[in-house]
Amino acid sequence: MNQTVIQLDQVSKQYDDQFAVKDLSLTISKGEIFGLLGPNGAGKTTTILMLLGLSEPTSGSVTVCGIDSVRRPIEVKRRVGYLPDNIGFYQNMTGLENLVYTAELNNLPKKQARERAEYLLEKVNLTDAAYKKTGKYSRGMKQRLGLADVLMKNPEVIILDEPTLGIDPEGVRELLKMIQELGKEEGMTVLLSSHHLHQVQQICDRVGLFVKGHLIAEGNVQTLAEQLFDSATLRITVHASPITPELIRRLQELEQVEQVQVVKSGLEITCYEDISAMISKTIVEMGSALTHISQKNFGLDEIYHRYFEGRDLRESS
Amino acid sequence: MKFTTGILKGVICVNLAKLKNKISFFSVQTESVQAEKGKNSNPSAFMAIVRKEFTDYIRSWRILILGVIILLACIGSLYTAITSISDAIDQAGKEAETLGSDLYLFLQLFTVSDGTLPSFITFVGFLGPLFGIALGFDSINSERNRGTLSRLLSQPIPRDYLINAKFVAALLLNVLLFFSLGLLVMAFGILILGIPPTFEEFLRIFFFLCLCIVYIAFWLNLGILFSVVFKSQATSALSSIAVWIFFNVFYSMIINLVSKSLLNPEKLTSVSEVLNKQGTVLTLMRFSPNYLFSESTTILLSPNVRSLGPLTVEQTVGAVAGPLPLSQSLLLIWPQLTGLVAATLICFAIAYLSFMRQEIRTN
Repeated sequence: MNQTVIQLDQVSKQYDDQFAVKDLSLTISKGEIFGLLGPNGAGKTTTILMLLGLSEPTSGSVTVCGIDSVRRPIEVKRRVGYLPDNIGFYQNMTGLENLVYTAELNNLPKKQARERAEYLLEKVNLTDAAYKKTGKYSRGMKQRLGLADVLMKNPEVIILDEPTLGIDPEGVRELLKMIQELGKEEGMTVLLSSHHLHQVQQICDRVGLFVKGHLIAEGNVQTLAEQLFDSATLRITVHASPITPELIRRLQELEQVEQVQVVKSGLEITCYEDISAMISKTIVEMGSALTHISQKNFGLDEIYHRYFEGRDLRESS
Repeated sequence: MKFTTGILKGVICVNLAKLKNKISFFSVQTESVQAEKGKNSNPSAFMAIVRKEFTDYIRSWRILILGVIILLACIGSLYTAITSISDAIDQAGKEAETLGSDLYLFLQLFTVSDGTLPSFITFVGFLGPLFGIALGFDSINSERNRGTLSRLLSQPIPRDYLINAKFVAALLLNVLLFFSLGLLVMAFGILILGIPPTFEEFLRIFFFLCLCIVYIAFWLNLGILFSVVFKSQATSALSSIAVWIFFNVFYSMIINLVSKSLLNPEKLTSVSEVLNKQGTVLTLMRFSPNYLFSESTTILLSPNVRSLGPLTVEQTVGAVAGPLPLSQSLLLIWPQLTGLVAATLICFAIAYLSFMRQEIRTN
């Protein structure tokens, strides 16, 4: 289980005078589902391209399955399946033909290629559309076909760049489930990049947060939150009326509260511990009517959002 | 004598240029091979790409339409050639077969027209480049824009397979189309005129068809080059067509302008000066691939043309007026041929190099 599959060591990539990725070190073990998170332009795609040997790092070493990606990219590509962010297919060919073409490039015998293509199309629920031209596929279908395409070569590692981009929520759910199942079934290592955090949260064992070419935090969602904010990790949403400045002041005075924010429907209170009882008591004491109170842990969305919010503050101060 | 040494010099120069180009081309290849050591040659994958590209070409509308236009043009030119040749035979009143071999009548199938429609070589010279450009202009950037490039290159194939396979597929289509056209024209010529070609005539036609393919390959490579350099298909199509129109229409105009001032009769004093200036104008003209092509076709298909430049009286004294044998015709156009091949290779080499160094990301 602890066999290292992907290893990046002090990798930097420089475009002109700007670093797309800087001093990145990352290790991913076999069978893991790793999520690469970050806003657009954070260097996720660059990292992925370097893993595949499609882009050369300015410095540092990249090893995939024990093979140097810079020196022997073709052997790496034999073992790694890659789903690009803007995936396209040959529109005048059917889904099945596209898959068989990929198989031919991987030296699979024709008969075997066809069987595997049909098997995978069934896996991604595209059997009905197998003989349809891919030009007529919807975005979600293309993405699923892309997943099948990645699996054609029976890879040890699959790398998915923004797999959920532009798909409806139901499609996203389906696709993520497929990725998770396939990863488990075939014992594959999965690396996926995204900026849709709660989706990644559902399936990833481990997550790395990428900002401006730096990996600023990594670990599972829990440790990520701890790494980023040693303090407040709980948010309580309150619906009450009326909300008076006095009420806000009183709430802010509570010991465990870090921040009180007025939102459209009520208040959002960030705090260190679960103090919903105390909050409701305060509200009632102030003579306001409490209609709703709920609490949730920080998901990645919050971590992410709060990180950037905090960054803005830190940068401006 | 002076003239032949001039030609020889030309041959050597162009040959050197070609050789250099070849060397740089191969060294790039070995580099890429060295970079990807191990058992990475994968001929079946290469053939798979060629097959797929070829299928794409013959299924695409623009190639079909261009093919039909070229076919129609051929039929038209064949018709006018045949009518004018049979008129000539009727007038001569001799036996067709002896007349045919004397006058190279069979070759005239490709060159003669009665004025209503251009001849076969004019059509090929005009439509061939367009065909080459249509094959090449979107080869790389369409893959990029469709998002298939990164998917393709994440497969275990060397990067140069893609551009090489595209070139091979397009060239294959060219060879097929032009050889079948040429052989069809020959077949109809035999059927309708009743004159069989001599072996020399057949060889001349064969070389002519090869020349056509080289010429079209030049435009094909120019298209591929632009498809690598420009991200948008429209830009690369328009710029290739712009280059084509420039050489087809404007280049000769510009040279005419230059030559008018160069060859001003008031300024010229001696014969050698006239010859010199004429030579300069010719050299300038020969920078255009169109001109190289038309010179070579003229020599190949009209054996009676004995020289491409001006001839002085001394040079023609004692010469027996008669058709040149094939070997001499070939010798005469050797510089043109090597020049064309060199231009083709240079285009491809630049396209190849810039493709190998390009970033793969789609946006």
